[in-house]
Amino acid sequence: MPANSAERRQGSGRRRAAPGNLDVARLLDSYRTMLRIRAFEEAAVRGLDEKLVLGAIHPSIGQEAVAVGVCANLEPSDILLSTHRGHGHTIAKGADTLAMMRELFGREGGTCQGKGGSMHIADFKVGMLGANGVVAANILIAVGAAHAVRLKKGREIVACIFGDGAINRGPFLEGLNWAGVWKLPILFVCEDNGFAATTRTHAMTAGGGPAARAESFGIPSSTIDGNDILAVEEAVRRLLAEIRAGGGPRFLLCRTYRLTGHTAADAAGYRSRDEVEKAWDGDPVARTRDLLLTAGVAASDIADAEEAARNEITAAYDAAKASPFPPLERAFADVQDVGDPRREAF
Amino acid sequence: MTRLTYAEAARDAIAEEMRRDPTVWAVGEDLGRGGVFGQYKGLPEEFGPERIADAPISEACIMGAAVGAALMGTRPIVELRFSDFALCAVDELVNQAAKARYMFGGQGRVPLVVREPIGMWRSSAAQHSQSLEGWYTHIPGLVVVAPATPACNKGLLKAAIRCDDPVVYLEHKNLWPLQGEVPDGEHLIEIGKARIARAGRDLTLVSWSAAVHACVEAAVALAGAGIEIEVVDLRSLWPWDKAAVLASVEKTGRLMVAHEAVRVGGFGAEVAATVAECLHGALKAPVKRLGAPRVPISYAPNLEDEVRVTAEKIIAAARAMMADSHSA
Repeated sequence: MPANSAERRQGSGRRRAAPGNLDVARLLDSYRTMLRIRAFEEAAVRGLDEKLVLGAIHPSIGQEAVAVGVCANLEPSDILLSTHRGHGHTIAKGADTLAMMRELFGREGGTCQGKGGSMHIADFKVGMLGANGVVAANILIAVGAAHAVRLKKGREIVACIFGDGAINRGPFLEGLNWAGVWKLPILFVCEDNGFAATTRTHAMTAGGGPAARAESFGIPSSTIDGNDILAVEEAVRRLLAEIRAGGGPRFLLCRTYRLTGHTAADAAGYRSRDEVEKAWDGDPVARTRDLLLTAGVAASDIADAEEAARNEITAAYDAAKASPFPPLERAFADVQDVGDPRREAF
Repeated sequence: MTRLTYAEAARDAIAEEMRRDPTVWAVGEDLGRGGVFGQYKGLPEEFGPERIADAPISEACIMGAAVGAALMGTRPIVELRFSDFALCAVDELVNQAAKARYMFGGQGRVPLVVREPIGMWRSSAAQHSQSLEGWYTHIPGLVVVAPATPACNKGLLKAAIRCDDPVVYLEHKNLWPLQGEVPDGEHLIEIGKARIARAGRDLTLVSWSAAVHACVEAAVALAGAGIEIEVVDLRSLWPWDKAAVLASVEKTGRLMVAHEAVRVGGFGAEVAATVAECLHGALKAPVKRLGAPRVPISYAPNLEDEVRVTAEKIIAAARAMMADSHSA
């Protein structure tokens, strides 16, 4: 595993000509967010080594284009449900990276006041309704959030991102059926990185896979290269427009690759070095950088963006490290109103 | 006062709360036809299919969707038909509903009510008869309610719908046709407050749900023999009215807990342990627990009755306790 993915950004293998109608400023914005995610994930891994991150973390290194491509097209009022591998989604939806780093460190001022950690990151004020420690559980919560939008005759869309491992759980089937029956305003995004924890998903999946299953519920599906930021953006924009027009749920399958192990502590010895080397050639961050260069963006502007992302995350890391742990009474807060453990002597 | 059945009282509670608050809605299998026990009768006609919503047989999705809808500011009433089926939705209730507020640091609330009918209902056998209330009391974040009378069902269900916490609301299937007087007008009962179902000086008998009626029957019978039993109907198991139980046992010096659920690990153990911890010196006899033996519930009526806590079993246990007493 390369220690520093910045080294890898030089000379990626897959170049593509920039399309003529490319919105360069928007692409540069997307690149900035991808860089912030990459820097955050690398810092989180460092935090684990330095025993500042205490629980398991599931880095999304290599999957940044999905997070950014989906969230860049959501309105601030739109809702996002995420997974245990959710740092990137949360940053892309607009959460503050310092509050997130504090949460990973279990500190005061964390997004969840230090009570959730990496797997339960949530930031309701930006419409991020929670990562989840249980695979596929977020699908049902997304369905319910969309159901509430429908009941309230709202205009919001719910985006639900989950991994390919989720498609073999019952909630995937129950949730897609429900969304189809009620024609709910949901964009289901399957972030297919090829692995369910340490197991290759295809080896444990019968039939035609995620998109075929969605189609079987009458939910139109699209399959794209999830490491191609332009492809993700284009697909998401189109599908969100269809949903906003009242078309009901849509399903987007994004093919990507998990460049790290399942958790930061997983050396991923179940796959070859060669496979991982090849996968780095498709690194979405490097590919986006290439696109920008091809489109004529100055190398100095790109370097500035990279430095800004590094500086932001370094500052967040240092500030989080200097933050105190939560006061002890917080262990008893926000449990429940009736039978509140702060009032009942049990 | 109006005479209503236990089922009608609950239906009226929902209707009143839905008229009062447009964010309240109900979702579950068979609701469009008034519910499998008729406990939503008339509501589809009044509120329509959006607010009395049919669902597929997808317990996990019903429960999980309710969590999402609650986080978005609505107040779902979740109908799971049988507490046995609710086991298909345990992740959504225990890992999601109960913990969302806490693990997100108080950013959201999960104001929902889960109706899970419990209990033996003639020859329903092992997968339609369980009383699993004790499990839920073990889960931080959940409120647990188990009413015994029509009046309590109305007042507690209204309070549960207004509660900002997830409430596991356990109605006993055998009680659906039970009639009783229900106060007219706005009738709310505070969750966590017990009811003295019958006053007495000699022995405190703590119970909840349908077993309360067996306790009262036993108390009436024993009164003829000069033994005055105080029946405390907890009504809510979390929080439970510890003060009411301790006050009664301080007076009587004896505690028996009787419930339909399996005795081992049942909530009666929590009540008994608490009394033993707090009032050891005041007890005139060892605490006593009555519950089902640790066997699944049978289909054959004689086998089903064999494991049921009845008035006769309560009477025998109470007589033994009185005989086994010493002065405190």
